[in-house]
Amino acid sequence: MKILVQGKVQGIILKSQNPINFLGTVDKKTGIISDKKHDLYDKSIKNSILVFPFGVGSSVGAYTIYSIKSNNTAPLAMICQKADLTVATGCALANIPLVIVDDEKFTSLHTGQKISLDTESSNPITLL
Amino acid sequence: MLLELTKEEESALKGEQGEIMQMAYRILVATGEATDAEKLIPIEWAHLSGVNYNTIGDAGEEFLSGISKNARVKVKTTLNPMGFDIDNVSNYNLDDNFISKQLSIKNSYEAMGVTPSFSCIPYEIFDIPKEGTQVAFAESNAAIHANSYDNLKTNKESAFSALASAITGKSPYSSLRKEDSPNITIRMKVKNPNELTYGMLGFFAGKVGDTSVNISGLADMDKRQCKAMCGGMGTSGTCAKFLFGDGDSDCEKIDFDEKEMQNVHDELNTAEKGDLITLGSPQLGLEEMSDLVGKLKGRSFKKRCMIFCPRIVKEQARKIGYTNELERAGCEILSDCCTCLTPLISKDDVDAVTTNSIKGAFYLKNSNGVNVNLKPLSQIVEDETR
Repeated sequence: MKILVQGKVQGIILKSQNPINFLGTVDKKTGIISDKKHDLYDKSIKNSILVFPFGVGSSVGAYTIYSIKSNNTAPLAMICQKADLTVATGCALANIPLVIVDDEKFTSLHTGQKISLDTESSNPITLL
Repeated sequence: MLLELTKEEESALKGEQGEIMQMAYRILVATGEATDAEKLIPIEWAHLSGVNYNTIGDAGEEFLSGISKNARVKVKTTLNPMGFDIDNVSNYNLDDNFISKQLSIKNSYEAMGVTPSFSCIPYEIFDIPKEGTQVAFAESNAAIHANSYDNLKTNKESAFSALASAITGKSPYSSLRKEDSPNITIRMKVKNPNELTYGMLGFFAGKVGDTSVNISGLADMDKRQCKAMCGGMGTSGTCAKFLFGDGDSDCEKIDFDEKEMQNVHDELNTAEKGDLITLGSPQLGLEEMSDLVGKLKGRSFKKRCMIFCPRIVKEQARKIGYTNELERAGCEILSDCCTCLTPLISKDDVDAVTTNSIKGAFYLKNSNGVNVNLKPLSQIVEDETR
């Protein structure tokens, strides 16, 4: 596991199998996904622990992450399978905990699970 | 932590050189950790995204206004398009709040010492540094073009990593900044491709590629086609470089054929016809303006056609007489802005837009919420002019 932004939160997982293009497909004011082709279409990522493969598309997506944090519509934390610069720097500036997990761990996480994420702990992700 | 910092970099990260430097180094460290970098290296040119008020919103505007009091860029820094062209913004139904917030963003960047180029094609309007120069380009089509056609080296930077590189003059030494050998080769199998085909090929490549892809079977391509391919790739993925050729024999081979092309087309084309036409995403360069003038000789558009280009291209085009020709044919020429994330097209007024841009199509559909009718330029001229 790779820790990119530190933090400690508890919350409920919202998982996507699709990469996310934060710019243009995540509404800054509501945190709702607007891309009809996305498996999280019409769902809000607000206050979730957002689990998704990685971020794609526009570099400005980092500002979207910063904006949703400022608008209180951001996820509590993000867990990805692969690091990308848009998500890493957006989370770094917005102070949203971000970890990268291996494929096995990624597969084991499911929407609706309540977990604790603590990047200081020896076992950062625990099911509650 | 894998990333080793010098004493001076450590001191900046601790906040001993002020809050701005600390923020910039925090971003560089997150970037370095994300890409397994071992050190930071100097870069010579940063190109920033995060300019259009439509994309960065109030939070972005306030952030930039705050840091612009103290932040100054250390290297040549250029800028992506904003939301409108001040010369003709009154022709569009934009509210005063948008205009004043956009001008605040413009002022913030200028206060930091950024060149206000408002262009997504820096590779076409600035001199290209010598081969192998490290740059930090946030605009995805520009990063891909720089790596694939201009012999420069950049990762697919985020808006914040490029900003941090502009302020520090440094970037993590990782990924495409080093040598790279793709593990995928895409074989172009579609016959008689036009720029729309290449846009779809790029979009497909971005989906299957990781950081770079080999691409084989390409015929000679003009500038419009190269830009379309870069724009398409930047939209769909994380990939930021084409290497031209078959690649190593152990590379996985993937064909881009009629069926794959149809899949991309079906994903992005949602209308049979558009209420207006947009050309430019990426923005048009002088060569494309000249070509368009040729295609429009003796013809004029039957509906609105918006053309997006950099300000310097618009000025050159005016001197040569192209803008007169294009305006005679019914085109609206806009500089400093682009189709992507434009606030000038609203679903309240427009149901569908015709464009030859895959990148434009993706954002028109998902962000502006309008339908898109995809056509190559030759078809647009045939169908939409008389």
